[in-house]
Amino acid sequence: MSKELIHLNNISKSFDGQMVLDELDLTIHENEFVTLLGPSGCGKTTTLRILGGFTQPDTGRVIFDGQDITKIPPNKRALNTVFQKYALFTHMTIAENIAFGLKIKKKSKSYIDDKIRYALKLVNLEGYENRSPDSLSGGQQQRIAIARAIVNEPRVLLLDEPLGALDLKLRQEMQYELIRMKNELGITFVYVTHDQEEALTMSDTIVVMNQGYIQQIGSPESIYNEPENAFVADFIGDSNIIPAVMIEDKLVSILGTRFACVDTGFGHNKPVDVVIRPEDVELTAPSDGILQGVVTHLIFKGVHYEMEVMAGGFEWLVHSTVMQPVGQEVGIKVDPFNIQIMNKPESEDEEAVAIEI
Amino acid sequence: MRNTAKRIYVALIILFLYAPIGTLMVLSFNASKTRAKWGGFTFKWYIELFQNEEILRALFNTMLIALLSALAATVIGTVACIAMTGMKRRTKSIMMGITNIPMLNAEIVTGISLMLLYISLGIKFGIGTILLSHITFNIPYVILSVMPRMKQLNPSTYEAALDLGASHLTAFFKVVLPDLLPGILSGFLMAFTMSLDDFIITHFTKGVGVDTLSTKIYTEVKKGIKPEMYALSTLIFVAVLTLLLLINLSPDKKTS
Repeated sequence: MSKELIHLNNISKSFDGQMVLDELDLTIHENEFVTLLGPSGCGKTTTLRILGGFTQPDTGRVIFDGQDITKIPPNKRALNTVFQKYALFTHMTIAENIAFGLKIKKKSKSYIDDKIRYALKLVNLEGYENRSPDSLSGGQQQRIAIARAIVNEPRVLLLDEPLGALDLKLRQEMQYELIRMKNELGITFVYVTHDQEEALTMSDTIVVMNQGYIQQIGSPESIYNEPENAFVADFIGDSNIIPAVMIEDKLVSILGTRFACVDTGFGHNKPVDVVIRPEDVELTAPSDGILQGVVTHLIFKGVHYEMEVMAGGFEWLVHSTVMQPVGQEVGIKVDPFNIQIMNKPESEDEEAVAIEI
Repeated sequence: MRNTAKRIYVALIILFLYAPIGTLMVLSFNASKTRAKWGGFTFKWYIELFQNEEILRALFNTMLIALLSALAATVIGTVACIAMTGMKRRTKSIMMGITNIPMLNAEIVTGISLMLLYISLGIKFGIGTILLSHITFNIPYVILSVMPRMKQLNPSTYEAALDLGASHLTAFFKVVLPDLLPGILSGFLMAFTMSLDDFIITHFTKGVGVDTLSTKIYTEVKKGIKPEMYALSTLIFVAVLTLLLLINLSPDKKTS
């Protein structure tokens, strides 16, 4: 991993007595694409605003490249922000918007013109210099907001749900655009979103947050495949979270039936939760399965069929390209490698919840 | 058939609204001194009006007070709007209520209370007291027209300006103010018109010998109506109408 660039040290923040961040510690490395992911109210935007200097933490320090910048105002920080609602200056042209920061830094006219041209090329909007922000679509305005931020050559770009207002198709397109821009610029991106798909697609590192606490930090693969608690498992993708007992190393009892697994070190006869992704549940002939059940629901989802199977007193969510009709008796099998064992939640924020986004 | 009925109805409304003013305007060009008969077209009363020094002084006072009070009220009102935006919801609605009261209050009450206040503070009556009073009743109109713009403002634009390196002052003047400008402008014009137009409050807060157009007309009329007064009233009406048209047309064009 490259050099450490930002360190949030023991940050706490509350608004009107309501704790938003509680002793948060986070390290961000140079040239990393970090995504803060969580439901609304989890503290991700507050974390970003503390980084940008718009919100002062109650306790803790923000270290940037070895310097304490906690008390430095936003206009003196080497970071730039792309705001959720773009926040373009509507009474200025696109070129004037992009030049705003450079004019304040008293750069020469030719330097500014070069920068405007470069930035518009980077965001694929060449020739838009004299247009007004109002005449642009949401996606184009978003690109201008990015262009306006990056001409100042920030070492870190902060993005606050930048794709939230765009439609699905445009959002997916912009995800690739953002990855391309980041690679071209070679700077650090800190990205805030509640959309797990966005996070999985773009990030080097995902920070899953809930109720002011960091739940898990890791690569998209590790967050998806090895969630550390029920909240993470539930928030990232669909999953079956089933109470179970760890009988011994590599053997777990799920719904009274013994399954082989690969996890060790949980002790003997310890209550745990297991996570099994719906695409990892294999449906077989009843006699071939470890558990037997009946299909209760069937929905066609395009790429796969989504089925619910009642087995062992639990409704299993199953994704499969092979359709089993409702009422069909099936067997359930899971590859030991696909059973993820988690400790029982120790606090409310680690529990799986129905999330409204 | 229905359409014709509608048109006649609207025509009647406009007729009743503007017939008195129309009469006044026509009479201001009447060469005959009596109202009863038409003695031919003339600009005589307008010429006499502009040779009457007292009226010209009153006109000057009116313009000076309207301009200064509108300017002061615009600055105070805009700053108040910015401050109120930063307040909590409850405090904000209380503040809005308080600022609206002078507008709803009967003018005669405002006029008399201002007069009593000046007397008890020992302030000498004159242009200064008229000006203070006009600033007072103009502020709510400015707030009323700036506040909606303030609410439309995207709070992130201010932060975006800071983020791009602007100081608080630069961010305000370069980013926030231009967005508020249409509201500020129409607030200013509204305040100017209100001041131009005011009689009651001016009547109670002016000193002896100091007059604005409206109080001047009032004293003149008491002595018997002179045709110059028709001319003067016509001019005031046209001025106010022009201002109102400006208020209603110019800022809207910008927003839409």
